Amino acid sequence: MKAFRKGGVHPAENKISTGSSILDLPVPGLVTVHLSQHLGVPAQPVVDKGDSVRTGQLIAKSAGFVSANIHSPVSGTVQKIEPVPDITGYPKMAIVIEVKGDEWVETIDRTDTIVRPDKLSREEIIARISEMGIVGMGGATFPSHVKVSVPKGKKAEILIINGVECEPYLTSDHRLMLEKGEEILIGAGFLMRALPVDQAVIGIEKNKPDAIEHLRKLSSGYPGIRVEPLKVKYPQGGEKQLIKAITGREVPSGGLPIDVGAVVHNVGTAFAVYEAIAKNKPLFERVVTVTGKSLAKNANFKVRIGTPISSLIDAAGGLPDDTGKVISGGPMMGRALPGLNAPVTKGTSGIVVMKANESVRKTVMNCIRCARCASACPMGLEPYFLMSLGDARRWEEMETARALDCMECGSCSFTCPSNRPLLDYIRIGKTNVNRILKARKS
Amino acid sequence: MNTIVITIISLSLIGVLAGVILFLIAQKFKVFEDPRIDDVEAVLPGANCGGCGYPGCRNFADSCVRSENLDSLFCPVGGNDGMVKVAAVLGRAAVAKEPTVAVVRCSGNPDHRMRTARYDSAPTCEIASGLFAGDTACSYGCLGLGDCEAACDFDAIHMNPVTLLPEVIDEKCNSCGACVRACPKKIIELRKRNKKDRKIFVSCVNQDKGATARKACSVACIGCKACQKVCEYDAITIENFLAYIDPVKCRLCRKCVEVCPTGSILEINFPPRKTAESELCLTEISPN
Repeated sequence: MKAFRKGGVHPAENKISTGSSILDLPVPGLVTVHLSQHLGVPAQPVVDKGDSVRTGQLIAKSAGFVSANIHSPVSGTVQKIEPVPDITGYPKMAIVIEVKGDEWVETIDRTDTIVRPDKLSREEIIARISEMGIVGMGGATFPSHVKVSVPKGKKAEILIINGVECEPYLTSDHRLMLEKGEEILIGAGFLMRALPVDQAVIGIEKNKPDAIEHLRKLSSGYPGIRVEPLKVKYPQGGEKQLIKAITGREVPSGGLPIDVGAVVHNVGTAFAVYEAIAKNKPLFERVVTVTGKSLAKNANFKVRIGTPISSLIDAAGGLPDDTGKVISGGPMMGRALPGLNAPVTKGTSGIVVMKANESVRKTVMNCIRCARCASACPMGLEPYFLMSLGDARRWEEMETARALDCMECGSCSFTCPSNRPLLDYIRIGKTNVNRILKARKS
Repeated sequence: MNTIVITIISLSLIGVLAGVILFLIAQKFKVFEDPRIDDVEAVLPGANCGGCGYPGCRNFADSCVRSENLDSLFCPVGGNDGMVKVAAVLGRAAVAKEPTVAVVRCSGNPDHRMRTARYDSAPTCEIASGLFAGDTACSYGCLGLGDCEAACDFDAIHMNPVTLLPEVIDEKCNSCGACVRACPKKIIELRKRNKKDRKIFVSCVNQDKGATARKACSVACIGCKACQKVCEYDAITIENFLAYIDPVKCRLCRKCVEVCPTGSILEINFPPRKTAESELCLTEISPN
């Protein structure tokens, strides 16, 4: 069975919510839609305070090539456009909409019937992806139309659909593959035509045998698409790791997947592409796993963007008394939340409620030079060395030690027997190296 | 005997030859260094703090010697006296600057702002601020992890374990600006040093709307403009719901302190003022 070679760890899987099918979460009374829900330039609002909007209406326009449109997730009136704290607690520009009814834009097809438009040209598909505000749904939220537009001189050879979901606890992609398999395959077909490539591989870890079985059965009807079961290993869902596991090719340091002819999209993105093209539906809702060991109801919800995280937790039975941390995203790469009022964004894949005794940071001790972090690093870096450089604020040396190759998977901090916060120091190193690179350019 | 003589002669010859070669190389690759650099460095404080904008005192001395005038060069640690000495060595005119001192613009101790989260990762402000806005309701306030204390070369700023805020020791502060650069929240400011170290400043950097700021912290500036209205010297500006007192225009009249509804303007090192109460006490006592 295939897997990436270098490094990797095996955190406990804890996929508690695997069996819970996707439920629609009721539309909340107030939604907060941040203008920067994607990597790149924040979108520009095209509505004003007091305007009434309908579900699916464009409310903020992409402000550059690496940017994405944002559509209203609800119908109602725009209450205000001003900075509101996001999941980090920092105030960021957002459109706050007071919900009234649920009136959708007429052009959106709200039925469940499967549509297979096959007359669309490559340009039409890319234009539609861009127009509907599709971004990478795995968590990095990179605008999808940028990934699909292959730069001149490069050629895409293979499309990889990422159904790995290597983060512990999260099950939203797994449920999506089981319940919307047909749609994902059609979406993958659109992406293949846009690139254009004649083969696509869906990579799924073998801890999801039902999803592998289901998609394999369905994919027989789709020429060029096959399913590749993968060994369970974190962080297999990382773009570069997945390419290595499936094609054996290694993306060069500082390079992009397209340099080795590969393009990777998440299963959630493939589903969003299907909805955008076949159903004319912009990206304004997503599947979010709400899970935790002492949570009353572990669930996968289909949530409108902008819903406060607190209402997701309420729907899952409320915050348990023994809660230590609430994490947005998975426990490995997610962020601990400073409060529960922040809204769901296009990149929120899960909300993990950790018990107090699980989430305690153990006492930090000295580095014993065991090099476990170096063995665990999937990018072949030396985290202990990068951390000491970061502590000494030697940014230029961090640059030469390839700090920018770090994808912040957290395997180093996870594996450290001295409980050292390796990733935290590498992360500030990355910020400072990027700052230096920017200064050097200008 | 013969062996010893030969040894002495041959070694001496090698020595002389090596000496000549070294002399020639030294002449060829001689680097001229202005002797005044040493002289200037000798009168500098030698703290190598970086407050002047150069990596160390020698680099600063080098620039002093090279540049035409001393207008844009200033050693905050040596101050005006130090620059007069430098000017004397170089025979140029020194430009006097107002002495400054570091001021911490946050008063949000645990009584004033609620802790809303618990931070337990690497204990530096830089890392914490990269992860989230802070463990209190105020996203602008001091994180309390002491990057400023670690950055200070003069032992002049310390974290107070009770208020969890940094405190500047005015006598030790040389206004090198290391703490200003270290603070990711930009809370510390270098302000004009007044007589007797008296200070009047807005001890808040919160730019939220009044209601939000007040909810987050009871001593936050809410941008009500009361101080601006009362100021006779036009020293107060309000931008993004935050007042700022220009240290040059301010005449230390303390009127703004009295009108501030949240108490976010601080007065430090002033004699106790005559309050209505103390006057009342006096009138009560005096008839007897």
